[in-house]
Amino acid sequence: MSAHATLATARRVLRQLLRDRRTVGLIVVVPSFLLVILNFAFDSQPSTFDRIAPTMVGLIPFITMFIVTSIAMLRERTSGTLERLMSMSVAKLDLMAGYAIAFGAAAAAEVVVAAVVVFGILDTPADHSVAAIVAVGVLSAVLGMVMGLFVSAFATTEFQAVQFMPAFVLPQLLICGLFVDRSRMAGWLEGIAWAMPLTYVYDALDRLTSPGSIGGLFWLDLGVIAGAALVSLALGAVTLRRRTP
Amino acid sequence: MATEPDPRSPAVSVADLRVIRGGTVVLPDLSLKVDRGEVVGLLGPSGSGKTTLMRSIVGVQQVAAGTLTVLGLPAGDRDVRSRVGYVTQAASVYNDLTVIENLQYFGALHRAPPDEINRAIDAVDLGEFAGRVVGSLSGGQRGRVSLAAALVGKPNLLVLDEPTVGLDPVLRRDLWATFRSLASDGVTLIVSSHVMDEADECDSIILLRDGKMIARDTPQGLRDSTGTTDLEDAFLRLIEREGDLT
Repeated sequence: MSAHATLATARRVLRQLLRDRRTVGLIVVVPSFLLVILNFAFDSQPSTFDRIAPTMVGLIPFITMFIVTSIAMLRERTSGTLERLMSMSVAKLDLMAGYAIAFGAAAAAEVVVAAVVVFGILDTPADHSVAAIVAVGVLSAVLGMVMGLFVSAFATTEFQAVQFMPAFVLPQLLICGLFVDRSRMAGWLEGIAWAMPLTYVYDALDRLTSPGSIGGLFWLDLGVIAGAALVSLALGAVTLRRRTP
Repeated sequence: MATEPDPRSPAVSVADLRVIRGGTVVLPDLSLKVDRGEVVGLLGPSGSGKTTLMRSIVGVQQVAAGTLTVLGLPAGDRDVRSRVGYVTQAASVYNDLTVIENLQYFGALHRAPPDEINRAIDAVDLGEFAGRVVGSLSGGQRGRVSLAAALVGKPNLLVLDEPTVGLDPVLRRDLWATFRSLASDGVTLIVSSHVMDEADECDSIILLRDGKMIARDTPQGLRDSTGTTDLEDAFLRLIEREGDLT
């Protein structure tokens, strides 16, 4: 590992991202736009919006970063730049850490804007600290990023990479507890939900947006999220192979 | 500079190399040596195994058997990777970054000083395009950015896969002058090409066909041994001879 190579990679990835103004705009604006729509959709049930919106602030970056990273990594693989990097003396972890810093920064911008919209403009009440929601949002973005990095190894075209979003992310979103209480699901599905990383992101956010004390389980959720991110990171490192067939 | 076990060891030493790609034996059993400071032309029809051999030398190819030693260390070894520059056939640089941003990134990974970046840009004659986004350049220009990205690392061994494809004759001549001046500084170059008249620029030539080395000689030596005056004819003669034997 070298901090020098990590920072150089982070700077390079950020430069690429910033050059693509439209993508930056979409990353920053779309989540807030969706939340505003949701606000008007729940016009007659404001309490439902107040329950859902804060969790959405933390869940959306997971989805965005999963897509962005899987495409970015796929490009790195298909453009030959990954092969060039692997023929150089760059550590794989430097590469992934560089990506994590750059996309983590992008995710932070996304979450902050969404938080300003939800808690500032739409005036949704927050039971606990908004900063904690933003922090969990960035953590969920990093989790989405490393999972996107890992699954990009199984895509050979950008079409496939885009389809991984509905294949890997939507099922997790459907069963994480946001739409249906997990205890009311079929038993086997609830079991699967417990094995999905996004469930713990939802739980952590749910604890932050529910009245009463946060409780020690919140820290357990964070531990599970961090653990899942590390496992994905290790799996992702395995897919970045120096030697290919 | 990384550890140098023996500065006199050959730049590249390949022994009994066997590579299988996608179920096909690309290199059945190849052995060869390249000396330091040598400019070696790797020639042969497409599908003859040139790229696979180059990938094996730079350590990104899975090999089935054999030993590869590069600058005295096993190919792909961490210490040797920083001293080998590899330029793939398709330009492998970031299309959404400018020329200079690409070189700054690869330079930073090599810990190259800033003036090295300007030197690399000058070497490939891209000064006037330094601020342009690579994706807006022509194919030949992109290829030169890719070459410059390998030059910033000041490699001891440069492995170039068809670096002159799509370049006009003037640029091709200039690039070969660059290769020669690198070689005179002690850099070893392995250059693959389809263009036979480029072979004359090399100190020595490796002719590959179906993964087998059918000739390894100086350009003049090849002409003499085949009784031809033209390298193109020499290659045809060698290939015919090979055909007669099998």
